Amino acid sequence: MRWIWIDKFVEFNSGESAVAVKNVTLAEEHLHDHFPGFPVMPECLIIEAMAQTAGILVGEAKKFEEKVILAKIKKAVFHDFVRPGDSLRLAAKIESIAPEAASTMGIVTCNEKTVAEIDLMFSHIDQNLAGKEFPEENFVFTDTFKSLLQGSVFNTGKG
Amino acid sequence: MVMNREQVLEQVRTVMVDALGVDDDEVKQESTLMGDLGAESIDFLDIVFRLEKAFGIKIPREELFPAEAIMNNPEFVNNGKLTENGLAELKAKMPHTDISEFAKNPEMSKFADLFTVGMIVNFVESKLKAA
Repeated sequence: MRWIWIDKFVEFNSGESAVAVKNVTLAEEHLHDHFPGFPVMPECLIIEAMAQTAGILVGEAKKFEEKVILAKIKKAVFHDFVRPGDSLRLAAKIESIAPEAASTMGIVTCNEKTVAEIDLMFSHIDQNLAGKEFPEENFVFTDTFKSLLQGSVFNTGKG
Repeated sequence: MVMNREQVLEQVRTVMVDALGVDDDEVKQESTLMGDLGAESIDFLDIVFRLEKAFGIKIPREELFPAEAIMNNPEFVNNGKLTENGLAELKAKMPHTDISEFAKNPEMSKFADLFTVGMIVNFVESKLKAA
């Protein structure tokens, strides 16, 4: 099953930008070890949350026909700890999109304070790595993953 | 605004520093992207996006880095070397690169060394002139 690490989308402008929310809870067991007595969200998992937000934005822009894979973390700067009880607002924007790849810019805020800046690159893998074959089915955008968009208030039309 | 070569190089250098995480004094005209600056395949797309933004130009797929179309065609590559046809194709596809040295012994293992910072500067200059 596809691992889902964001809770819902609150804004979605097809091909342009999206905002998702991730609520952090002490029920997440890794926080008990990271660190004992001082639980903070691992920064790599903040990157994952942004990768899912921006990845769905990039995938939807091509009607989920491409297999969109995180290919490069262009920038990841962290300004503050994220703790249990925090609600992260992940805002992603498409900077460039081409047949073979896309680049995104992202800002993560908590209570309107910027906690991270994360810029990513995604590869449309069927358009790259000539000669290699990937499974026919789109293993990135499973129904479960796409269901994140259902029930969200979003706008897929431009303007 | 017309940019001279020095100004173009300076902007290209910024793109390389940002895209590849190298120091600016490492980026010289003769630096090879893969060998000297450690670029990997996805970095080439990153560089293309950044150049488009920095110079306000459009770079169609394969125009700056036409390696894939040549490398995967048996008419152009034989026994680890570029064929006559392959060299002609390379010359046509990469007018912004001097391939005369490479053509003397066109081994594919040396192919990546054609992609240099200077080559990108040539490419951007030709694009800016055409604009």
